[in-house]
Amino acid sequence: MSAPTRIRATLRDGVTELRMLMSHPMENGLRKDAEGKLIPAHFITEVGVQRNGEIVLEADFGPSVSTNPYLAFSIAGGAPGDEIVVSWRDNLGGTRSDTIRVT
Amino acid sequence: MDSRRRDVLKAGGAVGVWSVLAAVGIAAPAQARDARNGGVFEAATLDDALRALGAQDAAESAAVRIAAPDVAEDGRAVTISVASDIPRTEQIVILIEENPYKVAASFRLSGAMAPAIQTRVKMARTTRVHALVKAEGRLFVARREVTVTVGGCGT
Repeated sequence: MSAPTRIRATLRDGVTELRMLMSHPMENGLRKDAEGKLIPAHFITEVGVQRNGEIVLEADFGPSVSTNPYLAFSIAGGAPGDEIVVSWRDNLGGTRSDTIRVT
Repeated sequence: MDSRRRDVLKAGGAVGVWSVLAAVGIAAPAQARDARNGGVFEAATLDDALRALGAQDAAESAAVRIAAPDVAEDGRAVTISVASDIPRTEQIVILIEENPYKVAASFRLSGAMAPAIQTRVKMARTTRVHALVKAEGRLFVARREVTVTVGGCGT
C-alpha cells in the first residue's frame, strides 16, 4: 500500500493553485540492486486530477519522472469547499486516489 | 476513445477512478497505455519519440517557455516548468534527450487549466530538454540545455 499523495490547494486572485507530491519509487527498470540484479520497472503511468468531478488535468508518465512525482499548476476559478481528487495508476496495476477540500 | 475515457473518469469520481476503469474492463495497464500513447513512452531514441508524437516538423516557438536550472547538481530530481503562450494549448510533452526513455511526461490540459506545468524529472547526464506544445492540432517546440553534475537515471 502506497503512502497518500500530499495535495495543497490555495485560492489566490480567482485561481486555484495546486501542488501535489505522489509517493512512488518510479523505478525505470534499468537500475541494479546491491547484488547486481536488475530492479524491475515500477512507475506511475497515468495521473488524473479532478475538481468537483470534472477532469482538470490528465497526465501520462514515463520512468523519467523523478521518484515521488511532483506536479504544480493552476486552474481558473474555485471556491472554498471544492473537492480536489488526485488519482494515479502504475505499470504494475497499483492505484491510489486521494481527496482534499479547498480551504 | 478519449471522450469515452473522460466519461469513465467522471463516473469514477471520488470513489477511485482507476478501480472503476478496471471494473468496466478498460483493464490491463499496459494495454490502456499502449492504446493511448502509440509507443511514445517506449521510444529509446529521440527520432522514434518525435515520430511517435507526430512532432518531427514541430515549429520552434518562443511562445513555449522552459524554466530549468542551467546547472543541476543532482540529476535524480530536476525541477522543470513549461509554460505556453499559445492560445488553446491542449497538450504539453516533456522530453529528456539523453535519458534511456526520452519522453518523461505528457499532460492533457482542460480548458480550466492555465497552460503551465511544473514537475521534477530525472536526468542521466547533461542533456537538452524538449518541450512540445499542441494547440489546435499544431505542434510547437522549445529546447533548453541543462548541465548535470551528478547523473540520476541510475545504471
